[in-house]
Amino acid sequence: MSAHVDYLLGLADDALVSSQRMGWWISRSPQLEEDVAMANIGLDQLGQARALLTHAGAVEAAGRDEDDLAYFRDERDFRNVCLVERPMEDFGVAMARLLVFATWQHELYGALSASTDATLAAVAAKARKETAYHVDHARQWTLRLGDGTAESHDRMQAAVEAEWPWREELYDAGTLAPELVERGIAVDPGTLREPVEARLDAVLAEATLSRPDVAAAYSRGRQGRHTEAMGYLLAEMQHLARSHPGVTW
Amino acid sequence: MVLHAHVTDADICNTACYRGGVYGNDFTAPEAARTAPADEPASFRAILVEDGRVEPRDEMPEGYRKTLVRQIAQHAHSEIIGMQPEGNWVSRAPSLRRKAILMAKVQDEAGHGLYLYAAAETLGVDRADLLDALHSGRQKYSSIFNYPTLTWADVGAIGWLVDGAAIVNQVPLCRCSYGPYARAMVRVCKEESFHQRQGFEILHTLAHGSQAQRQMAQDAVNRYWWPSLMMFGPPDDDSPNSAQSMAWGIKRFSNDDLRQRFIDMTVPQSEALGLTLPDDGLAWNEERGHYDFTPVDFTELFEVIRGNGPCNEQRMAHRVGAHEDGAWAREAAAAYAQKQAQKQAQRQAREQAQKEGAA
Ligand SMILES: [Fe+2]
Ligand SMILES: [Fe+2]
Repeated sequence: MSAHVDYLLGLADDALVSSQRMGWWISRSPQLEEDVAMANIGLDQLGQARALLTHAGAVEAAGRDEDDLAYFRDERDFRNVCLVERPMEDFGVAMARLLVFATWQHELYGALSASTDATLAAVAAKARKETAYHVDHARQWTLRLGDGTAESHDRMQAAVEAEWPWREELYDAGTLAPELVERGIAVDPGTLREPVEARLDAVLAEATLSRPDVAAAYSRGRQGRHTEAMGYLLAEMQHLARSHPGVTW
Repeated sequence: MVLHAHVTDADICNTACYRGGVYGNDFTAPEAARTAPADEPASFRAILVEDGRVEPRDEMPEGYRKTLVRQIAQHAHSEIIGMQPEGNWVSRAPSLRRKAILMAKVQDEAGHGLYLYAAAETLGVDRADLLDALHSGRQKYSSIFNYPTLTWADVGAIGWLVDGAAIVNQVPLCRCSYGPYARAMVRVCKEESFHQRQGFEILHTLAHGSQAQRQMAQDAVNRYWWPSLMMFGPPDDDSPNSAQSMAWGIKRFSNDDLRQRFIDMTVPQSEALGLTLPDDGLAWNEERGHYDFTPVDFTELFEVIRGNGPCNEQRMAHRVGAHEDGAWAREAAAAYAQKQAQKQAQRQAREQAQKEGAA
C-alpha cells in the first residue's frame, strides 16, 4: 500500500472510529440538546471519514469504495490513533477526548487546506469549519464541568488524566513517509504539537483544571497495533455487512 | 405524498385526536373536569369558530389546557423514547451512507422532542417536570416503541410503517387549534415524511436484494404491521376520550377513520415493495371505496400498555439511566452559569462604582 493511501486511511479511520464512539451517546447524553449536538458531531466526523475513505480508495485505484474500506478491512489494517478507539461511556471522558481530538483535527485540517493533494485540501477546508464548532462545544463543557460543582471538577480532572496520555500518538511522525511531507501532501504531525498544546493548556487553565503530569501511553494505532477495545468496536460495526458480502443496502 | 390529500376540510382542528391518535396509547380519562361549552370563555369559543389559533396568552378553559399539556408531553416522550429502537442500529448500520441517514434520523427525533417540550412549556409547565412524569411512569409514550428492533430491516419497517402511521395522525395536528403545537407539527411532519420515504427505500432495496435480505424485510413487516395499526388506538367505541373530544368539537377524525386511511395508503405501497402484509383479510372493497381488513386484536396493545411488552422495562431503564447518569453534568452546567452570572454582576457593579466615582 502506498504511503499516500496509508496517510489518508489514518485520517479517515480517526474520524470513523471517533464517530462510532460518538454515536453511542445519541439517546444517552445528559440532556436532549446534547443528544442533538453529539449526533451532529458524530455526523460531521462520519462525513469526513466517508470523503477520506472514498479518496483513499481512488488514490489506491484497486476498486475499493468507502464501504469496502470501512467494513472489510481487519483490525491490523486500521490506522487510527488509539486515543479515539477506547471506550467512551463517561460524559467527562467524552468531552475531554473531544477537546483533544477536535483541537488537533482543527490544527491539522487548517494545515492540510494547503495540501498539494487537491481533494484532501478540499476535504480539510470543509472539516476545518466543522471542527471549529467541535472544539468550541468541547471547550464549553470542559469549562462547565471543570468550574461547575466540586463533584464535576473531580470527575473532569479524572477524565483529563485518563485522556492525556493518549495524545502523544497524534504528534508522532514515526510511521509517516518523509517524502509525503516533502511533496506537500501531508503535514508533519510534530509541527502540530505546539499550537495544539497551547490551546489545550489555555482551556484547562480557564476550567480550573490542572494539566496532568502523566507519561505517554503505549499507542501504536497508526501501525495497526490497537488496544483490545478495537476488536469489539469493529466486530459490532462490521458484523452485518460481513454477514452478507456483495449485496447492496 | 398521498397523505396530505386526505386533509381537506377546514373545521376546527382536533387537539385531542392525539389522545387516541398520534402515538396513540393514552386512553385514560383526563384529570380535568369536562368543560361544557357554556363555561368556556367567549373569546376562546370565538377563536375556535373562526378556525383561528389559540395562543399562549389567550384565555382558555382549564380542561383544554390540561388536555393539551398531557397530549403534547406524551407526544414529546414518544419522540425521545422512539430514539432507542432505531438508535440500536446506529453502530451496526451496514453501509456508511445508511449509518449517516440513520444518525440524522435519530437526531431529528431528538429535535422533535425539543420542539414539543417547548410547545408544552408555553402552557405553563416545565420540561423537567414532564420528564419526571415520564420517568416515574405517570405519563406514557407510544407503545410501538416497546417492540424490539431485531434486524436491520426493522429500521426500514419502522420508517415506513411507524413514521407513516405517525404522519397520518399528525398531519391534522398541523391545523390544531393551539398555535404553538400546530406550528411544531408543521416542522415535525415535514421531517417525518422524509423518514417514511427513507424507510420505504431501505425496504425496497432489501426486497430487491438477496434471498436473505428479502426474508429479512418480509419478517420485519410481518412483525411491525399489527403494532402499527394499534398505534391509532382502540376502536372508537372503546375510546372514551375520543367521544369527549368529539363532544368538545375538537376531534375530527376518529381512530378508526385514521386507521382506515393508513391502510388504504399502505396496501398499494406494499405492492410496490413486492412485500406482503400479514393479513389474509385484506381486500379492496369497491362499494366502500376502502380496503377491508381483519379486525385488530387489541389484547396485545392493552398488555403492552400495562407494561408487559417486550421492551417496556428496557426502554424506561435506558431513559432513566441516561437522565440519572447525566445529573452531575446538568448540575455542573447550572452551577457554572450561576458563577458566570455572579461574575458578570460584580463586573457591572464595579464599573458602575467607577463611573460614579469619576462623576
Ligand atoms: Fe418524530
Ligand atoms: Fe420520525
